[in-house]
Order: sequence, then structure tokens, then C-alpha cells
Amino acid sequence: MRYSAFSVFLNALRGNKGWAPAWRSPVPKNHYDVVIIGGGGHGLATAYYLAKEFGVTNVAVLEKGYIGSGNVGRNTTIIRSNYLLLGNNPFYELSMKLWEGLEQDFNFNAMVSQRGVLNLYHSDAQRDAYTRRGNAMRLHGVDADLLDRHAVRQMLPFLDFDNARFPIQGALMQKRGGTVRHDAVAWGYARGADMRGVDIIQNCEVTGIRRENGRVTGVETSQGFIGCGKLALAAAGNSTVVADMVDLKLPIESHVLQAFVSEGLKPFIDNVVTFGAGHFYVSQSDKGGLVFGGDIDGYNSYAQRGNLATVEHVAEAGVAMIPALSRVRVLRSWGGVMDMSMDGSPIIDRTHIDNLYLNAGWCYGGFKATPASGFCYAHLIARNEPHETGRAFRLDRFARGRMIDEKGVGSQPNLH
Amino acid sequence: MASLIACPHCGPRPKEEFTVRGDAGITRPAPDAGEDAWHAYVYLRDNPRGRHKEHWHHTSGCRRWLVVERDTMTHTIHAVSDASAEGATA
Repeated sequence: MRYSAFSVFLNALRGNKGWAPAWRSPVPKNHYDVVIIGGGGHGLATAYYLAKEFGVTNVAVLEKGYIGSGNVGRNTTIIRSNYLLLGNNPFYELSMKLWEGLEQDFNFNAMVSQRGVLNLYHSDAQRDAYTRRGNAMRLHGVDADLLDRHAVRQMLPFLDFDNARFPIQGALMQKRGGTVRHDAVAWGYARGADMRGVDIIQNCEVTGIRRENGRVTGVETSQGFIGCGKLALAAAGNSTVVADMVDLKLPIESHVLQAFVSEGLKPFIDNVVTFGAGHFYVSQSDKGGLVFGGDIDGYNSYAQRGNLATVEHVAEAGVAMIPALSRVRVLRSWGGVMDMSMDGSPIIDRTHIDNLYLNAGWCYGGFKATPASGFCYAHLIARNEPHETGRAFRLDRFARGRMIDEKGVGSQPNLH
Repeated sequence: MASLIACPHCGPRPKEEFTVRGDAGITRPAPDAGEDAWHAYVYLRDNPRGRHKEHWHHTSGCRRWLVVERDTMTHTIHAVSDASAEGATA
């Protein structure tokens, strides 16, 4: 069924009895052309674009939990394309362009809100670094504005501009950045893929990968063996667990990142704002809750929960940026498992096995990349060659010295 | 992550006193060990879901390097020993 204002109206008249489930719950077939491990945002987007753009519809997405239970439902919903480096910039801009047309494309209200992302700067050196980044963005056709202190004060008067240690001097702003309702992204892609024939199989954990003559022939799962022509990994924080099944050692560590929502407040933060002197980013949801987060906890974890020390650190950074937050009560906090790569950038590539593909290493920036990741990965799987904008995300870039280290901190995953 | 780490020198201490370095299973190769060995040392990591040995530094305590065996799924700490006792050289 196509969703429209008319369909809402018609169903209201009929007592809302006409709505069908947004996707089926099929029994897995014996064999698919493509099996995707991981029904998160990236796996679902990959299936969607495989079916829609590349005509590959005999596809299964295997999800060990339920759709939306992983990182696609655990992030702070921010989208932006304010990257400095060449490998990243065109890719995230492709993602931004896909976000801009996404709701019409998959006929689902994902509440894409281009409310603007501001990165605050607190020193001359940081202003220069942001100027450089803004210029790099503009050279690639991405919008960027450098705001001075006065301009930021007009927009966000409640910031602590005269903080003794980290006074706010201005901000780099990307007006096209913003937020998207994360659950709706998962649901929209799932529904769009399902409509085009993709089987979405929930509660189906992959326990082994069967190989014959150097090729993958299928996967052992909690719902039995499923054969495949091509196998695509999109397991995010659990990438290593799956890659271990085919003796593929990855340049990845899994870490926990926490996020938070406050009690509902009247609207006061119109944009996404990030603190430049610590790691803190905040926006306000349409329900009024402040959605915010900070650094990863720093130790390897698959637990989807973190420590209070990090909660305290995030709260301190938040109050240093917006003193008014000191009396806001936190409603919920949760953790997600991040596949932290060695240079902070992702991997979309073939592997040592001909018909096995890898999509991993998104660190804690995977949500904004969802459309472009799905599009580039689908391109790679369908045509067996990388999409132009995802070409830099090679698995062998570490061995070849072609890291894409946006932060310049080297091969220390818990610092990216 | 467990709240306490039982330092073999200082006893059980809050984990905020410690700094994690990461995988204790990697050892620095010889300078002429070749590109593959160095690539593995710098970039590849064991990243198990379950028991994992890591280097932790007791930064705000005895300042000794420790090997902590920890479960990455449950956060339980199973064993802590001094890194020198584990044969660490670097």
C-alpha cells in the first residue's frame, strides 16, 4: 500500500482497519542470490537499493534480534556531511543528498529535519582548523558557514560564551545538516525492500558460514541453513564475530557508546550543537527531550551498556556548554556497540573470498551514512566493483598506507 | 565494565583509576620482521565477544601495567596480573 494523506484519510473513515503490516515475516527460502547478515540501517538500506536500483530482488536480510533493536535505534539521529578528507567528503555528501530525497523515494515519513549543525570553536587554532574544514567542504560543493561569536549568540544565546576555560568564539555551521527519526529510517527501508521482494528474517542469528572450494555457499542460522550466491556482512558492532567465522581478521575493535534523552522541555535548542572543547553533541527532539551523547567508554565491549563515569563526563561537558542543563533530568540512557576502525573511517569492500563482501568499521558515525552506505554496498555487491564515492573505503588501505584518519590520532580505535 | 579492578599490588580499586590500552595478545615484531607482521601488529586486533586479555595501566595507583582478563559481553573481570609476570617486554 502506498502511504499518502489520502490513504490516512480513507483509513480513518474505515476505522483504521485497512492497515497491513509494513513488511512480511517470511519463512526463509533454501537459497537466495544475496544474503545480508545484519538487519540494521545499513543492511536494510543495502537490500533496498539492491532491489530498487540494481534489480537484485532475490535477497534475504538476516537479523539476530528485531528490526530497530541495534544501532539504528540507538543513535543520536544526527545527519551531516561536514568532513575534511577526500575519501570521506564526497561519500557523506552523497549520503546527505540521499537523505534529502529519502522520504519521497521510499514513501515513508522519516522526519528529515535540516535544522543545521553547529560545531563550536573555542580558540584561534580551532577557528583555523574549522576554516580549513569549511573550505574543504565548499570545494566539494558542500555548504559551510563560519560564524563569529556574535552570530552564534544570536542563534544560541544560552550557551556559556564566557566560560573561563573554553570561551566560545564562534562555530562552523552546516545548514543542511540536521536530524532524522532513526526508527523510521529502519522501518522505511525495511518496508521498501520488502515491497520489492526482499525477505526480512528477524530473530535469525548466523552461527556459521559454510564454504566450499574457496567460496561461500551459505550460512548456518538459528532457523537452519540458508544458501546464497553472494554473502554480504553488515553486522556493525558484531562484525568481528561474523568475520571470525571465515578467518578474516579485521582492523576493528568493538566499543560501547552511550546516548541519553532528557525529560521533555519546551523548545529551546533549534539546531544540532556540538561542543568543541570536549565531546558533547545535543539536539532537541520533536517530543521536547534533549538527545545527547559524548565519547565512547574506551574499553572493548559488546554489552550495549556503559559506565557511570562516562555519564558524569558527558554531563560535565554538557553543563560546560549550556549551564542551563544543570537542572535538567535525564530520562533514559542506553549503549550501543560500535565497530571502531583503526583510522576512524569505514570499510566497504570485497574480501579474500570471491563472493563475500564486507561493510564495517563505522565507528560512531554510521547513522548519517546509512543511505550512501547502502547505495555503495549494493553497487559493490551487484556489479562487483566499488561505487565511485565509496572507492576509498578499502580493507587493504591500512597495509597500503592510505588511511583516512579524519581526526589524525593514528591506529588507536578508542580515540577516534 | 566492572566497578572494581583487583590490582595485584594495591588490592581492589575503582576502575576510574585505571587506563585501558587494549589487546594484550599482540607483541611488537622485530624491526626486520616484514610488512605483514608490522601490519598485523599495528592494525589487526583480536576482538572477541567473551573473554579477552587487555593491558590496563594503574594510572592513579601503583602505575604498574597489568594484564586484565575480562568478559566483553558481561564485563566480569576474571583475572588480573602484573604485565611483567605475563612476560611483557614493551
